[in-house]
Amino acid sequence: MAFIGGGLNRPSSRDTAPGPRFVVFAIISIVCMYYDQRDSWISTLRYYLQATAYPVQLIVGAPQALWHWASELSQTREALRAENADLKRRERELSIAAMRFATLEHENAQLRALGQAMAPLVTRSQVAEVVSLDLNPLKQRLLLNQGARSEIFNGQTVVDARGLLGQTVRVGPWSAEVILITDPEHAVPVQLVRNGLRSIAVGAGNSGELLLPYLPVNSDVKPGDVLVTSGLGGVFPAGYPVAVVTGIKRDPVLLLAQVRARPLATLERDREVMLVWFDPKHPAAPATAAQAETLPQVTLGAKQERALADAAEGAAEEAAEPPASAEDAPKDPR
Amino acid sequence: MSLAAPRESRPLVYITALAGLLLTLLPLPQYLSIVRPPFLVLVILYWSTMTPRAGGIFIGFLAGMLLDVLQGSQLGEHGLALSFITYLAVRLHLLTRAKPIFEQSLFALVALLLYEAVLWAIDGWSGHPINNPTRWLHALTGAAIWPLVVGLLGRTHAPR
Repeated sequence: MAFIGGGLNRPSSRDTAPGPRFVVFAIISIVCMYYDQRDSWISTLRYYLQATAYPVQLIVGAPQALWHWASELSQTREALRAENADLKRRERELSIAAMRFATLEHENAQLRALGQAMAPLVTRSQVAEVVSLDLNPLKQRLLLNQGARSEIFNGQTVVDARGLLGQTVRVGPWSAEVILITDPEHAVPVQLVRNGLRSIAVGAGNSGELLLPYLPVNSDVKPGDVLVTSGLGGVFPAGYPVAVVTGIKRDPVLLLAQVRARPLATLERDREVMLVWFDPKHPAAPATAAQAETLPQVTLGAKQERALADAAEGAAEEAAEPPASAEDAPKDPR
Repeated sequence: MSLAAPRESRPLVYITALAGLLLTLLPLPQYLSIVRPPFLVLVILYWSTMTPRAGGIFIGFLAGMLLDVLQGSQLGEHGLALSFITYLAVRLHLLTRAKPIFEQSLFALVALLLYEAVLWAIDGWSGHPINNPTRWLHALTGAAIWPLVVGLLGRTHAPR
């Protein structure tokens, strides 16, 4: 590329036709896109580009950070005291809720015929600060100040104190980009807490909304239903709160209900988020194809095994349903 | 006034482009982010039109690749779109440069729409179709502030 840059300075370069130069750059761009799409050597290149981009991103995020810092400084004593009281109250509530948790978990393990108490699902967590945030109808992304140096990997689950936030999409050495669950390109497999109905929640492109476009008109959904991650799809573990259903439109002409939900995580106000690592052997860990094959080999009594196999068959059918309709729905607008 | 390019300073182009880049990336509230003009693209367009030898396709390509890295789009997406419209700007600079400012805004609008169209097409082909109509708003606001860009950047260099 140096010959092109250098050529610009020479007086004779006035005669250099812009056409060939454009063709060269267009070819470079297209080659880059081709390989970026196929996830090859270019991902290594991107890793380093991500590192070089980080300072710029820090500068861009600086005014916001400065603003937050200033507003934190200027917080009054009363406000801080109120916040403290609020936090103490929440801590008490949580500890009461957690009191029975250990017993319940043990009980659950026994019911699942696993015998011994299970190891905790979350093996490690890491708090990261939000460097900058990009929220518009086309893109809902966050940039975090932790990267591969903190062992963060691609496709890692990101949560805040209230619910699921998203997953990492691009990890640099010191930074990671997070795609939020409200991004129009993001979809998260969910399940209704009330009746276990599975579906897929797609980002609506504005930070207060998720859509569930693949539920039939007659499905049992009510406003106020809580959605949790279903653990399908191999990215998110099961059971993390995602959203609350806010509105349902059932048009008898359409096959599918139009369901809207509000994310529980406070997507646009978070200053700090949490990245979590899971124990892959835990039953609630995200199911990958490899694990799905090994799953039935849990040593059980013959009777239990048969019962489980029946249940698994039913579950598998149910599980296969949402993605199937997800593929069909856009093609068939009626 | 000769048509030969003035003694443009290349650092000036880079500095203004950097300013445009920062304005493009600055986090804004959602409602403002929808209508944020593509500042970097406007700056590149300006230099490609006024001093095509200081601006030009290389800078357009470079800026586009930077946008790709910083905004997390596919590597080469903005690179292609920006080098395409800088190519058009360089090609047509004799035509557009002498036009009244309003007509220049119209040219800018066409260029920005083409830019967005290239991005839209690439998004679609690469399997991330985003058909939200608000994505075209940037072109309108960008064309609307074109006179401002010309006014501001015109002060940074000697009149031709």
